[in-house]
Amino acid sequence: MEMLKGNVAIAEAAIRVGLEAYFGYPITPQTELLEHLSRRMVELDRPFVQAESEVAAINMVYGAACAGVRVMTSSSSPGISLMQEGLSYIAGSDIPCVLVDIMRGGPGLGNILPSQGDYFQITRSAGHGDYRPIVLAPASVQEAIDFTVLAFDLAEKYRHLVIVAADGQIGQMMEPAELPAMRPLRTARPDWALTGKAGREKNVITSIYLKGEEMEAYNQRVQARIATIRTAEQRWVETDTEDADLLVIGFGTAGRVAYSAVEEARAKGLNVGLLRPQSLFPFPTERIAELAQQVSGILVVEMNAGQMLEDVRLAVGTSAPVDFYGRMGGMVPMPDEILTAIEDVYPVAIR
Amino acid sequence: MQHELIFSGFGGQGVMFAGQLLAYAAMDTGYHVTWIPSYGPEMRGGTAHCTVVISDKPIGSPVVRRPQIAIVFNKPSFDKYEPLVRPGGLLVINSSLVDDPVTRERLDVLRIPATQMAEQVGTPRLTNVVLLGALLAERPILPVNALCDALDAHIPAHRRNLLPQNIEAVRRGAAYAGDFETMGIP
Amino acid sequence: MMRDAPISDRVVVYERPQALADIHTHYCPGCTHGISHRLVAEAIDELGLNDRAIIVASVGCSVFSYNYFDIDACEAAHGRAPAMATGLKRVSPDRLVFTYQGDGDLASIGTAEIIHAAARGEPVTAVFVNNAIYGMTGGQMAPTSLPGQKTTSSPFGRSTDIAGFPIRMSEVLAELDGSAYIVRRSLHNVKEIRRAKKAIKTAFKVQMAGLGFSMVELLSTCPTNWGMSASDALTWVADTMVPYYPLGDYRVIDAVKDL
Repeated sequence: MEMLKGNVAIAEAAIRVGLEAYFGYPITPQTELLEHLSRRMVELDRPFVQAESEVAAINMVYGAACAGVRVMTSSSSPGISLMQEGLSYIAGSDIPCVLVDIMRGGPGLGNILPSQGDYFQITRSAGHGDYRPIVLAPASVQEAIDFTVLAFDLAEKYRHLVIVAADGQIGQMMEPAELPAMRPLRTARPDWALTGKAGREKNVITSIYLKGEEMEAYNQRVQARIATIRTAEQRWVETDTEDADLLVIGFGTAGRVAYSAVEEARAKGLNVGLLRPQSLFPFPTERIAELAQQVSGILVVEMNAGQMLEDVRLAVGTSAPVDFYGRMGGMVPMPDEILTAIEDVYPVAIR
Repeated sequence: MQHELIFSGFGGQGVMFAGQLLAYAAMDTGYHVTWIPSYGPEMRGGTAHCTVVISDKPIGSPVVRRPQIAIVFNKPSFDKYEPLVRPGGLLVINSSLVDDPVTRERLDVLRIPATQMAEQVGTPRLTNVVLLGALLAERPILPVNALCDALDAHIPAHRRNLLPQNIEAVRRGAAYAGDFETMGIP
Repeated sequence: MMRDAPISDRVVVYERPQALADIHTHYCPGCTHGISHRLVAEAIDELGLNDRAIIVASVGCSVFSYNYFDIDACEAAHGRAPAMATGLKRVSPDRLVFTYQGDGDLASIGTAEIIHAAARGEPVTAVFVNNAIYGMTGGQMAPTSLPGQKTTSSPFGRSTDIAGFPIRMSEVLAELDGSAYIVRRSLHNVKEIRRAKKAIKTAFKVQMAGLGFSMVELLSTCPTNWGMSASDALTWVADTMVPYYPLGDYRVIDAVKDL
């Protein structure tokens, strides 16, 4: 075990599992990630470029991803806004790519405090067009490491964009955690990669389909892939749900703080359970729908105005009433606030 | 058991490192631990604080509204955390910079002239470790020598020459708050 | 009759370069993109880089250039080709990576990317086709449109009061220490075409020798959107564009002369 800051842990985990190139731009609260890589990548003689902007960074990632290497970038909310164009092109080119978003308060310049306000921005499509990236939401430094490793595996398995979405608190927090062992870099590049056409026909990577029929056929292929992802890659953890009358749902730091609140509620004799989605897309819709049949009420807790709330409502339908407790602007909910929210809605839940 | 602590002071007083050092010592002792900084503009000379949670089971919330223990390095931190420490909790006050009376009841208070003691050891920059030594003498969350071991293991390489001074500062802080002879400090 | 001559007696004097795909382009009659494509392809052939070359196509009339070259290819977002080329080159340092960009792409929406690629001394090559107009979208004012030039978005002629002044990109990039080879050529006559070919070849050599960033700016025509015959368009390049965008070598570091 090592004491690691979330940002550094993500960076080092990426290196250990074979990150071959990094392109990024400084932005708080993500900067330690870039700083760590600026030293380690150079030590390991792997490409590192501090780009002139997030716009350039994501397009450098696009270029390196076309060459078939493990590549990533990282940023925070305003920087992710700037990357939307490149993300859409990457998605439209069917190439694997990993993005880390250490979310901060918004909209606008906002602030640098922890937030989950990017939920819509990153789970809906991340840029223009018609697709959904895979989005993983860690709630601890260990999960930040594990999901970074998983992100590369999923990106390559599906040739799909994977976003690791952590709020600023996960990025800034230190916790003991276990890093993966150092792996050797891959030597071979995938057969679709741009490497020069020696010994084969030329490879072309584009996201352009001028004819509507061709574009739609492409869209259908992507949607089929996304349907597979929906069934195969839902991830969540549950606590005390077996006999729960009230189900609390929260991700990332909000979900983790909610765990403490649920423990306290249990100590007070309330039958409360917790479901913490680890994948925001695909969202654990079926499991939540199932639990909605069992419980009498659901409380969603987020560090935003209620974004995942919409996915929960879609899953629950009319099976159970859904309440919401949120903090915004970079404010992190405290366990006692969530406990109060639980106690407020609990009478309804046991009715 | 679960201990929730907040360290607070001016940026530059070593508040963040104090929390990290305790976290390292807790990890090396085998506990679960989280360390969360306040980050941002206050890093540039304003007040800064960090929250440390130490537990013998996995930690849920790493954020704490009312800590069991607050270590206040300066007056703004005293003003902020004196009312927040939980009843029966502990307030460790750097009396070199804070001479305000504590108005609350049911609160343990340890006043220690940590900055002056640090200056006597060699530099006011050791204020943080003096306070840590005193804290652990007052509340044996961890053995004081776990802190010394953590210093040895985690002091930045370019500050390694300051290790003896740091250890001495821990000893003096612990001695001020309790009888360090009985704590097994070498 | 030539048709009856034995094959062994025939001499090939002109053929399609290997690096140019055997397909029809979508370019308008009289457009010089065809010439610049051919020059790039000949340079790749002559340097034997067909199996190691990667083109980063851009957005504009050359959007389909990835189709027209028989080399590995990708298609960048508008203006981002130099960033994409940077990513490719950093992980493929022994490959020839070049962008093929028009003036809207390189000198307007992509100014940040081209300037910083040059400033970093990124060993990639930009083939910069400057025809002083947005061709693909139907003839709007470009960053390089000349003062007074009529376009569909400057119908009274480019007013420098409203739209400011054209950007001379070769001169701008020549100021940057990362630039190794920055030249402007033109495609309006045979002599200049030959000089352009030589420049493209030199730029590729500069890249493969790792000397830094290289760009060849090519003054080009757009008869369709200029509303001219192909022949008048060539004359307009010579008489109007060249005086504003003087041909020449803007930055050639000493190491280039040793190639």
